[in-house]
Amino acid sequence: MNQTLYRTPLYDAHVELGARLTPFAGWEMPLSYKSILEEAKSVRYQAGIFDISHMGRLRIAGKGAAYILQLLTTNDIEALSIGKAHYSLMTNPQGGIKDDIIVYRTGKSEFLVVVNASNTSKVIAWIEPFIPQTEEELHVENTTSHTAMIALQGPKAQSILETVLGTPELRELERFSHRAIIFKENETSAELLCCRTGYTGEDGFELIVSKEYASLVWNALLAAGATPCGLGARDTLRIEAGYPLYGHEIDESISPVEAGLMWAVKLEKGNFIGRDAILEAKRLGPKCRLMGLLMHGRALPRQGYTIYRENREVGVITSGTFSPLREVGVAMGFLNTEVARPYVSVEVDIRGQRYGATVVPKKELLQKPHLEEKS
Amino acid sequence: MTLIPENLKYSKTHEWVRMENDIAVIGITDHAQSELGDVVFLSLPEVGRILKYDEPFGEVESVKAVSELYSPLSGEVVEVNTAIIDSTEVVNEDPYERGWLIKVRISDPSELDKLMDADAYAKHCEGS
Repeated sequence: MNQTLYRTPLYDAHVELGARLTPFAGWEMPLSYKSILEEAKSVRYQAGIFDISHMGRLRIAGKGAAYILQLLTTNDIEALSIGKAHYSLMTNPQGGIKDDIIVYRTGKSEFLVVVNASNTSKVIAWIEPFIPQTEEELHVENTTSHTAMIALQGPKAQSILETVLGTPELRELERFSHRAIIFKENETSAELLCCRTGYTGEDGFELIVSKEYASLVWNALLAAGATPCGLGARDTLRIEAGYPLYGHEIDESISPVEAGLMWAVKLEKGNFIGRDAILEAKRLGPKCRLMGLLMHGRALPRQGYTIYRENREVGVITSGTFSPLREVGVAMGFLNTEVARPYVSVEVDIRGQRYGATVVPKKELLQKPHLEEKS
Repeated sequence: MTLIPENLKYSKTHEWVRMENDIAVIGITDHAQSELGDVVFLSLPEVGRILKYDEPFGEVESVKAVSELYSPLSGEVVEVNTAIIDSTEVVNEDPYERGWLIKVRISDPSELDKLMDADAYAKHCEGS
């Protein structure tokens, strides 16, 4: 219990804003500043900022870098050009997901890999034994503690970042593209790596900056109108967007076939760790699939709750929350394939009581009924 | 710092009681709503239900967690604040006034002695 928690370079900024702090993956992180739901709404209709400095950032560089990433990740490194990023998975030899990651190509033989905070040490330990195999120059460096990472998300993200950086060039930055842009304030200037990515279902950017400039950038974003948002809002937003979270929708026992992540697996690229097992899982077909659920009743589904259809156990909830957009409970869960179809009616056991729910494609969890009126 | 009005009585499970003759108005404290965060669902008893001291009488669910409500006194439920069922944010915004939950006609006034005053409750919160 008394294990020391890591603090991000923005810790003091969170305390100053009166954040409620929570331990998360070994870090002391803001859970919320005022209200999880208000923060989530600000991202849907305006823009919010999140301290995501706890996420692991690994610099992988040297002539062997592309080789090792091609071997250890499921997406195709050869298809990733400089200035681009892609979503990818690291799988184990059994085809289970070790982690889901974003890989940035920052140079011909230089990559930045962003991993889940809870998996940073595990991923490094997994990569290390493969390094000698490359027989080429290769450096794997954990740069997490040298930098801060801030997610700026929401329909106003671009205009806020343009204000802060004093540049209109972000308009041209496509989704999953990144560029280093100089942030200037008075006599200070700092390089900001801006990538058009996010975990909320909204337009936005993830920004990486050297730790000594973190609070300067954070405060400039606040001053430009972004709302500070904590991990509570981040979780609600990602569930609404149907995005998986390690430890909930994905883990070492779940294959990309079941998790619906085969779009990030390029079987045709050649050999990689887990490929044979994934091919076999694909051939056999999944026993269950990850789907979205919309609740009818006044209760929230949470991880581990059982899903029934006609009194038969057919699945389990992996994540659930209250959707401020729909004003009902929304969830994701694994369902046996025969019921893992859109608009099937099921029931969720919530503390001994059954509540009706409708199965939907994950993408349908996120709908913005009033966006036009409110934006 | 959370608000702990002087004129109320408090249970260890973070309910407050305001006596109006033999009727106890019951709600959850500012500390409780703050710990829970955004309340999204409330499950409250029917009028007429007889509650015993420390008996669960409903649930308050927030985005983060669900918490059982315990009756701080024995008696009969005479009124339920149905106005907040569809605007649960009132429990966060105004836990001691508009956010009250139920009114109970108490059957054993001696149970009031089991409840804490504001000072004792403030200490209880610090320790929790």
